[in-house]
Amino acid sequence: MTDEMEMHVEAPEGSAQPRKRAGVATSRELVREAILQSFVKLNPMSLWHNPVMFIVEIGAVIVTFYVFAELVVTTDQGILFLSQIALWLWFTVLFANFAEAMAEGRGKAQADTLRQMTTDTLANVMKGDAIEQISAAKLRKGDTVVVSAGETIPGDGDVIQGIASVDESAITGESAPVIRESGGDRSAVTGGTKVLSDRIVVLITSEPGQTFLDRMITLVEGASRQKTPNEIALDILLVTLTMIFLLVTVSLEAFAMYSGQAVAVSILIALLVCLIPTTIGGLLSSIGIAGMDRLVRHNVLAMSGRAVEAAGDVNTLLLDKTGTITLGNRQAHEFLPVPGVTEAELADAAQLASISDETPEGRSIVVLAKQFGIRERHLHQNETEFIPFTALTRMSGVDWQGHRIRKGATDSVIAWVESLGGTVPPELEGLVRRVAESGGTPLVVSMDDKALGVVHLKDIVKGGIRERFDQLRAMGIRTVMITGDNPVTAAVIAKEAGVDDFLAQATPEAKMELIRKEQAQGKLVAMTGDGTNDAPALAQADVGVAMNTGTTAAKEAGNMVDLDSNPTKLIEIVEIGKQLLMTRGALTTFSIANDVAKYFAIIPALFMARYPQLGALNVMGLHSSQSAIMSAIIFNALVIVALIPLSLKGVKYRPLGAAVVLRRNLLVYGLGGIIAPFIGIKLIDVLIVALHLAR
Amino acid sequence: MLPICVVLSLVYVSQGVVQTLAGTVTAGTIQGAAQTIHVGPVASQEAVKLLGTNGGGFFNANSSHPFENPTPLTDFLQVLSILAIPAGLTFMFGKMTGNMRQGVAVFAAMLILFTASVAVMYSFERAGNPNLTTAGANQVASATQTGGNTEGKEVRFGIEASTLFGSATTAASAGAVNASMSSLTPLSGGMAMLNIALGEVVFGGAGSGLYGMLVFAVLAVFIACLMVGRTPEYLGKKIGPKEMKLAMFAVLAVAASILVGSAIGVVTPAGLAARLSAGPHGLTEILYAFTSGVGNNGSAFAGLNAATRFYAVAIGVCMMLGRYLFIIPVLAIAGSMAAKKRVPPSAGTFPTDSPLFVGLLVGVVLIVGALTFFPAFALGPVLEHFLMHAGQLF
Repeated sequence: MTDEMEMHVEAPEGSAQPRKRAGVATSRELVREAILQSFVKLNPMSLWHNPVMFIVEIGAVIVTFYVFAELVVTTDQGILFLSQIALWLWFTVLFANFAEAMAEGRGKAQADTLRQMTTDTLANVMKGDAIEQISAAKLRKGDTVVVSAGETIPGDGDVIQGIASVDESAITGESAPVIRESGGDRSAVTGGTKVLSDRIVVLITSEPGQTFLDRMITLVEGASRQKTPNEIALDILLVTLTMIFLLVTVSLEAFAMYSGQAVAVSILIALLVCLIPTTIGGLLSSIGIAGMDRLVRHNVLAMSGRAVEAAGDVNTLLLDKTGTITLGNRQAHEFLPVPGVTEAELADAAQLASISDETPEGRSIVVLAKQFGIRERHLHQNETEFIPFTALTRMSGVDWQGHRIRKGATDSVIAWVESLGGTVPPELEGLVRRVAESGGTPLVVSMDDKALGVVHLKDIVKGGIRERFDQLRAMGIRTVMITGDNPVTAAVIAKEAGVDDFLAQATPEAKMELIRKEQAQGKLVAMTGDGTNDAPALAQADVGVAMNTGTTAAKEAGNMVDLDSNPTKLIEIVEIGKQLLMTRGALTTFSIANDVAKYFAIIPALFMARYPQLGALNVMGLHSSQSAIMSAIIFNALVIVALIPLSLKGVKYRPLGAAVVLRRNLLVYGLGGIIAPFIGIKLIDVLIVALHLAR
Repeated sequence: MLPICVVLSLVYVSQGVVQTLAGTVTAGTIQGAAQTIHVGPVASQEAVKLLGTNGGGFFNANSSHPFENPTPLTDFLQVLSILAIPAGLTFMFGKMTGNMRQGVAVFAAMLILFTASVAVMYSFERAGNPNLTTAGANQVASATQTGGNTEGKEVRFGIEASTLFGSATTAASAGAVNASMSSLTPLSGGMAMLNIALGEVVFGGAGSGLYGMLVFAVLAVFIACLMVGRTPEYLGKKIGPKEMKLAMFAVLAVAASILVGSAIGVVTPAGLAARLSAGPHGLTEILYAFTSGVGNNGSAFAGLNAATRFYAVAIGVCMMLGRYLFIIPVLAIAGSMAAKKRVPPSAGTFPTDSPLFVGLLVGVVLIVGALTFFPAFALGPVLEHFLMHAGQLF
């Protein structure tokens, strides 16, 4: 530690922009890998977790058997027809596998880039005074390591000594380096990131294989992906529908035999595959993977798919005022001294109280004070004691040359002044109110037992945030602004920003209390946080998004981490959650609605030979039995391919009320799902006839 | 219910429904022969049996017998009695959920399906049977007759009151009839069968209709909520894998009982021997028997001799499976949902008391029913319809 401390006054870091991560495989490579994977996934052992597709594969195997049987004993179906049916059944499975592989592939490519970082890192472990070099993979929780400029941080941990600028682009994609220092809310470092300057001592906080990077790899890879409750419920719906259609097809054979026109097993299989919900069955897992991937591309890591779904259900958003609703930081706007104190005196005291205050507000006070000719100065450690801000005292300052200078929340500083035997001039209250009523934050500055005046910190509400809240309200989400400000200030900003409610003078306990209250009413609550004192609330919230710049405790407590540390992202997370569920619902509806047309294609085709009168049901005017069955099965397979982009991208999301969204989606995917196959099957039939592929 | 029964009985008696403890009356016919006419406490039984959606008639001819259902007024009251309690329960549901609109929504969905059923049955009966015209019958409505297909119907009621009664009795799991189901035109008879096959949810039995419809509501809500981007919830209760499993199991139980039972019926000699008719009409006879049994409807399509050992056992087993494997999961859903925390509604919650939901609920009932029974119906009533128009009768 040096005896002298240099005061840093620097521009706040530029706001982080989500950036495309380098190293993602090109789309051609992705497709090639996905095609390979679609064949690997034919393995029944891996396919059977998708019951719908498993049934299709069994059907494909049986029909393939009939193709070979046809070589020995010919039936009236003919080898051309049977082999095409078999081929398209295989295609159905392959297309579904391809969709899943495409979704997984995107994650895998990212995982591979990440994995390169975990290998070959050497750690300098401190053993007493000695330093020993071991492989990063052998680091245990509780080890302390030294990392110097140019070295890669070997594992997750907290900085316990020193300050350094760290390049976290490998994880966040953000090239601007960030400051990591011991103590406070910026002490957490992530394994795989690189120290650019200085030297830090890091206490390792994770066991090997469980570091942030490891978890990130498994997440983006989808390896540990577990089905969410909603996915399981949907799976149950699909499996039962499959069972019902199995019964329908089997009993149809009995009715057909009764009617004197038994149906060949291969055709029954074709009918079954057309009826079971193959579209959604084939795309369900890719929708889930793509949802997680969409979050990753927004630089958010969800610890579970469950959290993503919960995000879609959120009723209440707790948003920190600073950074989310107002532009990053409050800026010192003016100094308002009480009578008897000059502006320069107040500025001087305020600057002294802010020297150790690294918060943007503190820095802005220092900058504003410079306008009064007060320059940076050197403070000697032995005569200076910095009093850090705590949530309990709600003030900070410095003991300097026998003076006790404090700045902080109005009531805290007044209490402090009075405890020293001083009295507060009555004018102070007026100044405080003036600042508060204008929406600013008053910061009272005192020296010893005298209150000197007020620093006016100004908040600037972000542009466009009001419209954002209006959209959220239309979606049925209530926004609550969380702020440490007093109720008057909070009310002004809340009104300006258009939030539904606010929690003023928020302490971690009050925040926790609010979450519990909302949850007791059955609501789902989402919040963001970064500090250690946020950790309990992050854990309590249904969706807790920890900022990557935050402490390890915060990151462990939340169920998502935002690598950009942008609290506004909570709104996008909610939208992604909703979009995920909507895509599932839309494709399920589409898939089931498709069956109507398939019945009209296949049922008359099966019995037209015996009962020409049933031709009246052949509303599409399909050419023949064979062409009708083939058209239906080909449409069924192709529609999976056609919907892969939709499953990966998600259905278009609009922030509207539930009834409007439902009406629109029912029209597009319900009615559209009924009509589209009538057109599609007819077109394929025309093509089959033109190519002479069926009798 | 008892006071209503007393009032209804008295009205029935005033209209000519017999009510006596005597067993028979002997009357002399014009030719001078002695005729034994069976009588009994008919009016009191009619009142209570129809209110309880039980269809067993005092006479074999059921409500087409003039002693059971003598006038258009008694006919109307009987239809009303059949629907009264199942329809009333939807309002009880509204009261219990604390939002009458929830009950009205369920009622509206049932009413739409019921109205559609009456319209379909009526229009096909009105269109009549072209073969009867060929045979010289006059099917045109006139001052002296209702016209349409009057085969198997009481002239007193005509096709209007007969199709209304037929719709009500099949929709509401009553089973009382005032006309012969088997003599309906094919698609009209098919509609009656579909009413039962949908799971007896169009008003349905007293109690069973409501819970059956609520199972479909759970399915409708599941799809609807997903499409608005929320995990599914109904009446503020989340629908998870457990509820889904139970609801789908219930739907599967009904479909399986009807389809498997009928499939066995149409391929075994014992099943085929009991038919009266061949061809698609015979298939409909067998399908109807299992559908009516599983749906606890009790109405008979007539024609099929169900009093054989095969049908007694087969329909009995299917009835037991179709009923209890439906009721048990429904009770389990109720228990599971009751234990859940209530989620307050917001603008993002899909409202289940809106016309849109009613439409969706109707759609889900029809789609599930259509997808399950389309092939069977295509070879039964639908095929018979086309063959009838081609001049082929069974």
